[in-house]
Amino acid sequence: MDLLILGIVVLIYFLLVGYVGYVAWRRTETSEDYMVAGRRTHPYIMAMSYGATFISTAAIVGFGGMAGVFGMGILWLVFLNILVGVFIAFVFFGKRTRKMGHNMSALTFPEFLGRRFNSRFLQYFGGAIIFLGMPLYASVVLIGAARFIETTLGLDFSIALILMAVIVAVYVVLGGIRGVMYTDALQGTIMFLGMIFLVVSTYYLLGGVVDAHQALTNISHLIPAKARAIGATGWTSMPLYGSPYWWTLLSTIILGVGVGVLAQPQLIVRFMTVKSNRELNRGVLIGALFIFVMTWSAYVVGALSNVYFFRKMGMIAVQAAGGNADKIIPFFIKSAMPEWFSYIFMLTLLSAAMSTLSAQFHVQGTAIGRDVYETVRRRKGDRSVLITRGGIIIAVLIAVVLGYLLPGSIVAQGTALFFGICAASFLSVYVAAIFWKRATRQGAIAGMVSGAIVSLFWLLFEYKKTAEALGIAKALFGGPVIAAMPWPVVDPILVGVPVSAIFMVAVSLLTEPPSDEHIQKCFNGV
Amino acid sequence: MVLGIPDPWVWGAYILCILITVFCVIYGLVNWNRGGEDEEEQIMEELRWEEEEKRMEEDELGL
Repeated sequence: MDLLILGIVVLIYFLLVGYVGYVAWRRTETSEDYMVAGRRTHPYIMAMSYGATFISTAAIVGFGGMAGVFGMGILWLVFLNILVGVFIAFVFFGKRTRKMGHNMSALTFPEFLGRRFNSRFLQYFGGAIIFLGMPLYASVVLIGAARFIETTLGLDFSIALILMAVIVAVYVVLGGIRGVMYTDALQGTIMFLGMIFLVVSTYYLLGGVVDAHQALTNISHLIPAKARAIGATGWTSMPLYGSPYWWTLLSTIILGVGVGVLAQPQLIVRFMTVKSNRELNRGVLIGALFIFVMTWSAYVVGALSNVYFFRKMGMIAVQAAGGNADKIIPFFIKSAMPEWFSYIFMLTLLSAAMSTLSAQFHVQGTAIGRDVYETVRRRKGDRSVLITRGGIIIAVLIAVVLGYLLPGSIVAQGTALFFGICAASFLSVYVAAIFWKRATRQGAIAGMVSGAIVSLFWLLFEYKKTAEALGIAKALFGGPVIAAMPWPVVDPILVGVPVSAIFMVAVSLLTEPPSDEHIQKCFNGV
Repeated sequence: MVLGIPDPWVWGAYILCILITVFCVIYGLVNWNRGGEDEEEQIMEELRWEEEEKRMEEDELGL
């Protein structure tokens, strides 16, 4: 660690952020109607701030590390992220969600579903799922940032985690500094340039695009025997079809995150804050470019780090990172990139984590306060603020405790699990809410409850990674999981989403259709 | 063997990533100004929504 360089980088960074924040503050102060003026932000600023919130440490550190283990087959996730997470989400889901959310004056995602289907149950049940599931996602985002601090500054992981938690707590107490899109946009720009620098210099270091890939192909014999036994074939070829390795890569990492993104509450709420359909159209361009540069670069670099570590240390990436995939990207940047770059990269990762975490805690707070507490009580209680704040504090605490308890190589898996739970519970109900007028309240309730129960059951009793760790199946039935291969490696999303969709459709068709008046109101102008 | 990658499922993904990005960029350029026709009305609609959100933040988050 070079304190002088670190100090200079931190100083310049904070001066820039401070300056940009000051400019933004001045602008909103002098504008008479700042809310309307804020709506006329330059599309570049909007898209960059969206990107900075969308991409967290989990995407770069966690999934980049997974690319170091699974190889370039993980690039299918980039494809899905852009096709589903940007194009389909913006063009087909975003426009409708925006309009309908405004028609129903829904402020949160569970409220959106609750009002669309005239059901308080949907609102508090959805709120409870978000409140209970989100700490897992928040904690892996924390871990991702802490791992980078640990590696770059040479701090102990526990200290890094506490450091992160304190920064998060202060940030959340200050209100998450929402609305300061200019600082977000600055961070987004630095991340964007940083990733381009990273991927270009990695290719340059390894002798060009084709040579780098060729070198990676040539060392596929270095795949550890243990991984080979469960289906790994190399970093430039897919795992054996149907093997445990194949199922994990395809069902958990690629489908879980690639499709699950459509049912992410904190991203869906963003559609309702978009000014017009034009912003969504423009967002497709900038969003796709941003996601491409961030994730594609991270995965390519993660996979190619194997070549670098092999040449430099004679071992593959995950070995060089001490067996923890979450350390591959931090360690690669520290070893292969100039020192000033790792400091800048650390700061941008920190801000990426901050913007994502504050959105997560915000959603979690409203989930427990507005969606659960107030909906169950049927009115605004005098203790709403207390419940919401208490909820956020509990959420931060759980996230930190999980940060200590969770094992290594967890960031990508934890993210994928959370995305899978959200998809199983919300995806079919959300799709029906905005596309299928015949869907009924009973159908929506059946769909959400069945999806949630099935995915929970799967995590407790069948999905090997979680069932084994929790040990409930073993205590009750004697075996680590219930059914045989390939089921223990099939992600909950592949079971939960179809079950939920079947219940949603079947129960809807069996029950009374909703009133025309209600449908008219919800779909007005869509 | 394409780009030094032997498996068509992997180099296919590598190239598809680039193609889908190019597609989205073209889509964005073609539709750059579409959907903004009734902007004034949409801004007012958005304003009402934001006022309610602001109230939620004050009442429930205590911000």
